[in-house]
This record gives sequence, structure tokens and C-alpha cells, in this order.
Amino acid sequence: MSTTSLALSVLIIGAAYFYLGQRSILGQRVATQPRLNSLPHFYGIWTGLMATLPAMGLLALLSIGDDILFRQLVKDFYPPEVLALGVMDQEIAFAKIMNVVQGIIFGEVDPWIQAAGEAWIGWQSRAVQIISALVLATSVFGGLVGYRQVNPSFRARNKVERVIHWFLILSSTVAIITTIGIVMSVLFESIRFFKLIPPQDFLLGLEWNPQFEGAERAGSGGGTATYGMVPMFVGTFLISTIALVVAVPTGLFSAIYLAEYATPHVRGIVKPLLEILAGVPTVVYGFFAALTVAPFIRGLGQSLGFEVASESALAAGLVMGIMIIPFISSLSDDVINAVPQSLRDAAYGLGSTKSEAVRQVVLPAALPGIVAAVILAVSRAVGETMIVVMAAGLAANLTFNPLDAVTTVTSQIVTILVGDQEFESAKTLSAFALALMLIILTLGLNFFALQIVKKYREQYD
Amino acid sequence: MTETVKSVLSPHEAAVRVNASLRQRNSSETRFRAWGMVAIGCALSFLVLLFTGILSKGIPGMQQHYVTFDVVLEKERLDPQGLMTPESLSSGDFDGVIRDGLYRALGNPEGRKKKKAARSILSSGSSQRLMAHLIDNPSDIGKTIPFKFAVDDDIDTFLRGMIDRNTPEADRRINNQVIAFVDQLEARGQVSFELSDYLFFGSASRDAEMAGIKGALVGSIFTLAVCIVIAFPLGVATAVYLEEIAPKNRITEIIEININNLAAVPSVVFGIMGLAIFIVTFGMPRSIPLVGGIVLALMTLPTIIISSRAAIRAVPPSIRDAALGIGASKMQTIFHHVVPLAMPGMLTGTIIGMAQALGETAPLLMIGMVAFIVDVPAGVTDPGTVLPVQIFMWADFAERMFIQKTSAAIIVLLAFLITMNASAIMLRKKLERRW
Repeated sequence: MSTTSLALSVLIIGAAYFYLGQRSILGQRVATQPRLNSLPHFYGIWTGLMATLPAMGLLALLSIGDDILFRQLVKDFYPPEVLALGVMDQEIAFAKIMNVVQGIIFGEVDPWIQAAGEAWIGWQSRAVQIISALVLATSVFGGLVGYRQVNPSFRARNKVERVIHWFLILSSTVAIITTIGIVMSVLFESIRFFKLIPPQDFLLGLEWNPQFEGAERAGSGGGTATYGMVPMFVGTFLISTIALVVAVPTGLFSAIYLAEYATPHVRGIVKPLLEILAGVPTVVYGFFAALTVAPFIRGLGQSLGFEVASESALAAGLVMGIMIIPFISSLSDDVINAVPQSLRDAAYGLGSTKSEAVRQVVLPAALPGIVAAVILAVSRAVGETMIVVMAAGLAANLTFNPLDAVTTVTSQIVTILVGDQEFESAKTLSAFALALMLIILTLGLNFFALQIVKKYREQYD
Repeated sequence: MTETVKSVLSPHEAAVRVNASLRQRNSSETRFRAWGMVAIGCALSFLVLLFTGILSKGIPGMQQHYVTFDVVLEKERLDPQGLMTPESLSSGDFDGVIRDGLYRALGNPEGRKKKKAARSILSSGSSQRLMAHLIDNPSDIGKTIPFKFAVDDDIDTFLRGMIDRNTPEADRRINNQVIAFVDQLEARGQVSFELSDYLFFGSASRDAEMAGIKGALVGSIFTLAVCIVIAFPLGVATAVYLEEIAPKNRITEIIEININNLAAVPSVVFGIMGLAIFIVTFGMPRSIPLVGGIVLALMTLPTIIISSRAAIRAVPPSIRDAALGIGASKMQTIFHHVVPLAMPGMLTGTIIGMAQALGETAPLLMIGMVAFIVDVPAGVTDPGTVLPVQIFMWADFAERMFIQKTSAAIIVLLAFLITMNASAIMLRKKLERRW
């Protein structure tokens, strides 16, 4: 039986036990005493849970575990000369065995690989039988245990609620597991990368020229690969700066106008419109940048006599700026609205005009929040991927000229990891090291923003 | 006590000074206000620019040019085995039948060059199109019917007026003979410009005129389905735990910090995690909606948790006290009273999270959903792609017609997103309760 149909049959058994448990307690109520410890359906749910949960857990464990067991068993088939080779060659041999298992055979296959593949298929079919039998037996037996427990003094509700309680706790740990998963997946590969490339070369290197090892060995790549991350961080910095130059004044003044000047009617129209900008997928911004903005800037620059690259940092930065306007405006709007009216009234009472009150009282009071909003926007810009992939090009130029083509951390990650990869190569691993730097940078920025808010927040009553 | 006596102005002097500076202050007030309006004007004009740019290309992109002419559906040629099954039809000479019909429509051109020019007008998918028609309408065999074929993407671009017929022949993608034939067909009213059936019912194709979004749309639906099945229960359960049950201790604090950090991690990093964990470590296949959905679920989880927590917090304590007071257990209070009352807010957050997931591209590139897949996925474990990734891939193709198709696909994507966000707003308006 396949895993899906097995899971379905366990669910059917569970449903049957739910019915049985509930019917049993209703029968017992009539026969013995009128008062039950819990509502009848709790007894049904308990028997149902007993039939499904252990069986499902076993199913998950076994279906993940069997491959690991097979991998150990198949080692017996490896001839000594293969075992003497490195891990890489063993992996290749294993991939050949898997090809035999899946029935993909190219040309001649070594007899031992053929034998191992056939043995694997045999284990697989036997494992399916064993797993099916074990899981179904656990389900029926578990249900039976639950069914035997059903009697009016059994505290079924408490038991069921305990299970729910544990489900809630487990759910909330998913966030932690995800974080661990992210850190682990990036960290391990990064460590492997730093074994190949010294960290100081990566962190301080001024040249980025990754190449597949195959190309390097064949000598067709031209020159050796270099992995210096500085050009990419400069590119990221350049594009983010352009984005901020666009977004901070626009977003901040929009927020001030909306919070202080606009009538509720205008506010009710403009605010959702600005939020549409935040809801547009980044791939759409990327398309807009590559197709409309970049050619426009190039044309404009050339008519003014500048040399503009077709994938200039300016185009990507401008569009990214548009993308983060709503981010800054809505965060700043919230912060400005949180400044108590009494402060404004006091300023008006002293005879200041509205703009004087805003500039000299409201903005200073809201400043920590606004700075935090800007930092969060920077973190957003640094992590933004699609706009730069589509509009910023791939040339790792170390330049501060916004009219040149630059590349960013995220666009390099995408370029390296999309399509064919050669695992174990420094080029593929470098993407993970870049991702590690990206995570450190964005989380650092967020932490920084949080600290600013915490430290400088004014408490008003 | 000696105090430095400041020069005190008389009320009259003060009034004079204030009045003197008043004009300047008022004009600076007006300037400040104007800056605010300019900023909003800028932001809104960006919005208008973005949308007009996409709509102006995308609405024509939903249509394409077709040419209609009579084809003689001879049974012997199209269905040599006489079974009318897809297998027997596939051995039929559809290309020949279409060619003959086209030559007839163009007044039987002589010579190889002219014939070649005539053939280049039609899309290379024409024979499949006619075959599909015959499979659906077997009674048409043996008849002569007028049939509508898509034109090749170069011809389509020409008919849209994007290829100037006055440029030298060598610089054009289509030659004078082809233009003459197209003009001939157009003059007789055989060329039509209508809603593209390929766009909505076709799948990925390298030929711009046949490319469609059906596969990507189905892939998006599967991916979102996986995403919602995972993210909604987990998000709600986490929110319930953190708001209602969790003790205020170090572990709870760590969970909360983790959730906030996850919300700040760039989406591409979730893709890297998906690649490293699900594909490399667990050995799951690439490009499948199942992995895509899981990755997007983990990505949208913080959004759902944060909004669900806010919704739970908005339920007044009196509701809980009342339920506990009449003897409900903690779980009964939560699941019979708090969660149902907080549900509108939770659903709103979930819809917003799903909209975010629908528009997301970068993590799905990492797990290989960028592969060129012609078949429409039939399940969550079938390789497929999603709408934003399709847009990304099309944006890379050089043919000009792909620009229009990309814009049309963007309109479809935006329509979905706007519907989802609007329904979230409606839901909030309709079900929101003020306590």
C-alpha cells in the first residue's frame, strides 16, 4: 500500500473507532449510572485519537527510516575498490544504483550495481508490506486500548485536551524549527565553503568571479575563480541607497500630509491606494524596471550625453524605491499618529503654525519610530530579489556610479542556485555563504531598529 | 538673588515683530504643505505609471490575431485508420490539409519561395489546433469548414503595427512577400483580432503565439492549497498557544523573538532552506508544488501568527470569564468562544498571507519551479510552475509578443491579488465586531 492510501485507511479506522467509542459510552450510561465524567463525544474522540495518532507517527517514522536503513544495507554490495575511493565516488555509485531502482538504465551497468539495485527493489516491496502490516496493526490495537478505557468514570475530556494542548505547543515550536533549519542549512554549507576559500578572501576580496570547478580544471574558464564579496555588497548598498533617496522623502512627506493635513475623506482614499503599491508582486516591479524604466533612463542619459549601462543600478534602485514607499509611509504614519494631540495643542497654544508644530514638536517626538521604519525599509531593500535579478544585471563591478551595471547579493544567490548545480563546488557553496551574510545583515538591521525604538521611545500618558 | 533681566518687549513691540515675521512663516507653512502634496502626488503617479504601463500592454496582450479560411477535412488524409482516436489522427496529414486550405485562400501561389512565405504566416501549432477540434467534433470530418488559426508571433507583431513596413526588407523579420499575403488576407476580412484562447487554455510554450498560463495557474492553485493547509492550522494554533496558554517564561519569549525574526528574513533565504532541507537532505523532487507550498507556508506563517494574535487579543476578557464561569474548561473556552470570535481577524490575516504567497517568486526559483514544463500538473507532486515564475520566465524571452503575453499574465495575477485583498477587507468590514 502506498503511504497515502495507508494514511487514509488509518483515518478510516480512526473514524470507525470514534463511532464505536461514542456508542459504547452512550450504552454504558443507560446501563450503569446517569452521570458521565465528560460529554459523550470526548470518549469517541479519545478512542479515535488512540487509533490514529500512534499509527500516523509510526508511519511517518518508518517511511523516512526505511531509506536510511537501505542505504546502510546496500553498503554490503560495494566492492572493496569502490569503498576505498572517496565519498564523492561512492555517491556517484549510489546514484547509479538509484537509477537501476527507478528503471533508468543507460548502457552497460556494472553487475554489482545491477545486483544492488535489484536487492533494493526487493527490500522496498518487502518494506511496504511490513510497514503496512505494522501501521494497520498499531492503529487497530491502539483503538482497542482506547475503547477498553471507555467507561463513565474515565476522564476523557482531560485526556483529549491534553492532546490538544501538546498539539498547540508543537505548532508553536515550528517557528523555532524553521529558524534552526534556516541557520543550519546556511551555516553548514558556509563552513564547507570557508574550508575551500579562506574567510578573509571572501569578506575582504575585491573581485567576484565564480567559476565551476569543471571549467577551471578544463582550463576553459579563463583565469582562476575569485570569491570576494565586496563588489556585491557595494552593489547592494548602491541600489538600496538609491531606493532610500526615492522612498524616504516621498514616504515621509506623504505620511506627514496624511497624518496632519489630509481630511478623513482624502486619507480614506489615498492610504489604500498607497497600500496597493505594497501589494504588487516584486516580479511585476522587476518587469516594470527592466522593460520601462531602464530603457527610459538609458535614453534620457544618452540624450544628456552620459554613458548609461542598459541594466543600470539607477533603474533597479528607482523601482525598488517605489516599492518601499508604502512601507515607510504607513510605518511613519502610525508613529506620527501615536504622538499625543496634547503636544500639538501645546505648540499651537504658543502660537506656532501647523508646520512649525510638525517640524519642531511632532517629528522630534516621532523620530525614533521614523528611524526604525527607515532601517526596516533598508533591510527590506537589501533582501529584495526579483527587481535586482530582472533589472540589475550580473556584472560584479566595484563601482559607486549609479549609471553602471552592478550586481547584488540576492541576484548572485539566484543566479548561482537556479538551474544546474554542481554540489560540493565552491561556486555553489558560495551562494550559501552569501545567504549567511544576507541573514546576518538583515537580522542585524532589524535588531538595530528594535533597539532604537526601545531606547528612545517616549512614554506618554 | 541677582537675575539677568532679559529685555522684555512691550506687547505692542511683540505684536509688531510677530506680524513682521508672519508672512514668512505663513508662506513656509504653505510650502511645507505643498511638499506633502507633491510627495503624495509622486507616489500616486508612480502607481498610475505602473498600472498604465502594464494595462496598456496587457489588455492588447489578452488578444491575438487569427486568420480564418476554409479547410477541407478529407477523411482519408486526416484519419487513415478511420478510428477517430487521438492515436489514429496523429498519423493524419493535418499540415498538408491546412497548407492546401491556406494556398487556396491566397489564390494558389506558385513557386517554393511564395509557398514558404505563405506557410510562415501560420503558427506552428496549427495542426494540433485542428486535431483538437476534430477530437471534440468528430462529425466535422469529411466536411469543408471555415477554421480559425492563430498567426505566427512575428505576423502578430506586424499586425499590431510594431514592425514598420517601410524599413528595408533585410532589417525586418518578415519579408515583402509575407506582408503582401497578410495584406491580401486582411483585405478580405479573414484576419481577426480577438481574445486569445491560447493565453488562458494553453500551457508553457516557446512559441509566443501559443504560450498560455493554464499550467502556471493550476500550479499556483496547488501550491497555495498546500500552503494554506499547512500555514492556517499551524498559525492559528501558535497564536492560540501564545495568547491563551503559554506561561510568561523564557521559552515563550524565545518563540516570540523567533517569529518576529522570521518575518524579517528575506524570502530568498526561505528558498535556500527549502533547497537544502527538502530537496538535498530529504531527497524530494524539484519543481513540485508540494515543496513550494511548504516553503511558502513557512514564509507566511509569521504574518498569519501576528494577525491571529491581534485578533485573539481583541476578544474581551469578559467573554472568557463568562465561559469559565458557567463551567467550560480552558480548551472549551478557547475553541467554543475565543477562536470563533477571533476568526474574522484570523481569516483576514490568512488571506493577506496567501496573497503574499501568491505573488512570491524568489523562493520558488530556488526549489526549481522555474523549469520549462509543458504539461499541466495533475497533483501536488507533479512538476509545475506558478504564475509569478511564469511571468519571470516570459519576461526573459526575446520575442516581442512575449512582452504582451507577460503583461497579460501580470493582469491576471494582479486581478487575483486584488480580489483576495478586497475580500479580506470586505470580510473585516462585515464580520468585525467592536466590543
